[in-house]
Amino acid sequence: MRSDRAATVLLIVVLLALVALPAVAGKYYVQLATKILIMAVFAMSLDLLVGYAGLVSLGHAAFFGFGAYLVALAAPQYQAANFWTSLPLAVGGAALLAAAIGFFAVRTQGVYFIMVTLAFAQMVYYVFHDTKIAGGSDGIFIDVRPDTALFGWTPFDLANFVHLYFVVLAVFVAAYLVLRVVLASPFGRVVQGIRVNEHRMKSLGFPTFRYKLVAFTIAGAVAGLAGYFGAVQYGAVNPEMLGWHLSGSVLMMVILGGMGTLAGAVIGAAAFLLLELVFQGLSEHWQLLMGTTIVLVALFLPNGIAGLAWPLQRGRSG
Amino acid sequence: MAEVVLAVERLSRNFGGLAAVSGVSLECRMGEVHAVIGPNGAGKSTLINMLSGDLPPTSGTVRLRGRDVTGLTADRISRLGVGRSYQKTNVFLPFTVFENARIAAQSRLASSLRFFRPATALRAVNEAAERAIAAAGLEGREGATVASLSHGEQRQVEIAMTLATDPTLLLLDEPLAGMGAEESARIVALLQRLAADHAMLLVEHDMDAVFALADTLTVMVNGVVLESGTPERIRSSQAVQDAYLGGDEAHD
Amino acid sequence: MDLGSFLVQLLNAVQYGLLLFLIASGLTLVFGIMGVINLAHGSFYMIGAYLAWSLAGKIGSFWFALPVGVLLTVALGMLIEWLLIARLYARDHLYQVLLTYGLILAFEELRGMIWGNDVHGIPVPAPFTGSIPLTETLAYPVYRLWISAVVLALAVAMYLLIQRTRLGMMIRAGASNREMVQSLGINIRMLYRFVFAFGVALAAFAGMISAPVSSVFPGMGGQVLIVSFVVVVIGGIGSVKGALVAAILIGLVDTFGKVTTLELGGLRVLPDLAGMAMYLLMAGVLLWRPEGIFGKRL
Repeated sequence: MRSDRAATVLLIVVLLALVALPAVAGKYYVQLATKILIMAVFAMSLDLLVGYAGLVSLGHAAFFGFGAYLVALAAPQYQAANFWTSLPLAVGGAALLAAAIGFFAVRTQGVYFIMVTLAFAQMVYYVFHDTKIAGGSDGIFIDVRPDTALFGWTPFDLANFVHLYFVVLAVFVAAYLVLRVVLASPFGRVVQGIRVNEHRMKSLGFPTFRYKLVAFTIAGAVAGLAGYFGAVQYGAVNPEMLGWHLSGSVLMMVILGGMGTLAGAVIGAAAFLLLELVFQGLSEHWQLLMGTTIVLVALFLPNGIAGLAWPLQRGRSG
Repeated sequence: MAEVVLAVERLSRNFGGLAAVSGVSLECRMGEVHAVIGPNGAGKSTLINMLSGDLPPTSGTVRLRGRDVTGLTADRISRLGVGRSYQKTNVFLPFTVFENARIAAQSRLASSLRFFRPATALRAVNEAAERAIAAAGLEGREGATVASLSHGEQRQVEIAMTLATDPTLLLLDEPLAGMGAEESARIVALLQRLAADHAMLLVEHDMDAVFALADTLTVMVNGVVLESGTPERIRSSQAVQDAYLGGDEAHD
Repeated sequence: MDLGSFLVQLLNAVQYGLLLFLIASGLTLVFGIMGVINLAHGSFYMIGAYLAWSLAGKIGSFWFALPVGVLLTVALGMLIEWLLIARLYARDHLYQVLLTYGLILAFEELRGMIWGNDVHGIPVPAPFTGSIPLTETLAYPVYRLWISAVVLALAVAMYLLIQRTRLGMMIRAGASNREMVQSLGINIRMLYRFVFAFGVALAAFAGMISAPVSSVFPGMGGQVLIVSFVVVVIGGIGSVKGALVAAILIGLVDTFGKVTTLELGGLRVLPDLAGMAMYLLMAGVLLWRPEGIFGKRL
């Protein structure tokens, strides 16, 4: 509980700094912060599965990428999609996809679940990569950002990087708060019980399949939300946004930060993207540095950065 | 006579070619304590696993208040009013005592698909959890993490969780295993109180407790029922004396 | 489709399936015996292919490159088990996933640094350069038949090794009962090291022998890894027999999916979506038996 309070205080300080950022930092840093916030939402959605429900998904990028693709598919090329309809479309579409994949994947456990989520995500990848639905392996450019006009009034402009930053910041805060509330709810407690001891949850009368499927669907929806803004910021979508390298990266973010705490997922996303930048600056062979870092984290930092600050609070064992 | 809560007919379970339980029939009425005893390997745990839905039977039927529940999954059987405790402590070690009982009590909500209210604000659930904790003798320990408790206290958490689901039929698999004398006496007294308005199927090795509690006994050996009846009848049965009570395992 | 081309496709399907089996059997053995999930398994396939290409170029003979490559990858497998994997046996699968994912990135980059990022081909080695005529217009390459024969021979050898030898007994006991193995005085650390290295070598060997028929290219491991996962899920984790059946099934579904034309409601379903077929097969198996065709029921 103390660590939760410390995390809350820290987050409020960070939040104030984030609000002030565009006033003091240049375009490059604002855009980097936007990207970090988008990935933080993505990482939190996976943490709901890995850190709280005990479901290690290695196919989470499928939902991020699907949300991203729906931005491009919501309107013909060179035309703006409507923000107010395309956003629910992307989130709902990702949720539906997650429910469909989860319906099969959640029947399995442990290492099967890891392999099955990876395989189904790759199936989605090939649908977009091998067919002409959405530009094949090249993907699609989003030439015009979604239009936010509401009854003739335009509250913000997504093509403006400062506006986009504040919208993403608001989405991040909302996602964080909603996930916190959900985790403390009766549903959230059931999910955490399943992680600790699924057998006993069943014998207490909980149909665990249903709860795991709902958790998988919620996580997919939030990943789709992140994917929507990922596509808006990047200005293009391509199959790599669904690919298993992104699934591996987001898993690394969750563990690097410290799973089982939402703040850990946020710290992990920031740390991962900053590490990537540092390594890219150091060497053209930065993937070797990243791979080595991931190996070292797996060996020596099982509870992540948050685990260093408040040792073994909710880290998994065994 | 009181209502038959549990009726088991010719229940069998094979593992490969081996019959762990074969052709077991028994009944348990409201207000009755039915103890199942027998040496290790007699099939008692397999029997209780079939009754709780942890293991599907190979053949035979299980009825709860007349309803055929054979082969239903554990969660559905639990929701029909069956509370089970495990021989090997089966709890949520990282959670507090209160959260263990609370989540058990929460299982009686029609659905836990509620997302936007804190779980701890469900008053009826909290009260059921508190009652179960008090009944199991764990008052004052609500805030302790279960992993930090003694083995005996963890056994009490096991019972508190079972009670928190407000069951009609209790399936207790060696509830006294690993408890000290004082804790044992407390649990025996608790079970005596509960017996009035529950049906109870008890698997237990502590013969003093069994004969203090049971209205009916079933003796199992090698997967089959050797003898069934009142405590007096079991005590005086030569077959039971030979196979079990008089044997080496009587005092383990 | 006439009989001749059907026969060719059937042979192709079986050959692809057998190759998949070779890769997936290493994955399933390592999981079944050691409880380790190895995402870098595909990377070892890629390393095998690049080793075959560069060794054959340096030594001048594909047939010398094979044993040298196998020895090198066995050594690599032992090194990785000793240095990294051995530290994760007691840990959650999550960390094995993470560590082996890190290995994929590192291997991919090292491959670029050592061998570059170009696509390479290896000539089919003598004496298997010819083709066997099936009809007047169709012929089947001898090298592909050789691949199938080698994999079948290996499958039989593996079966005999696991069922009939003392080592196999240790492996089977290790899979079911670790304490028993240790009480027998068997060095379980060495057993695990051997099994892991064997799995690595199987994947690498598959990469080597398939190099002359496919090509050698960056990222070739990723595709293979995911298909192997599908094989293992369908066949049942830890079951070598399951891996064989599932691999052949996928070989058939995939090969015939790509040469069949099917339209549904004006939409061309096959061959456009042939790549989906094996995933649908997996989904069906998951509904029917979530533990796989030959998996142990939990």
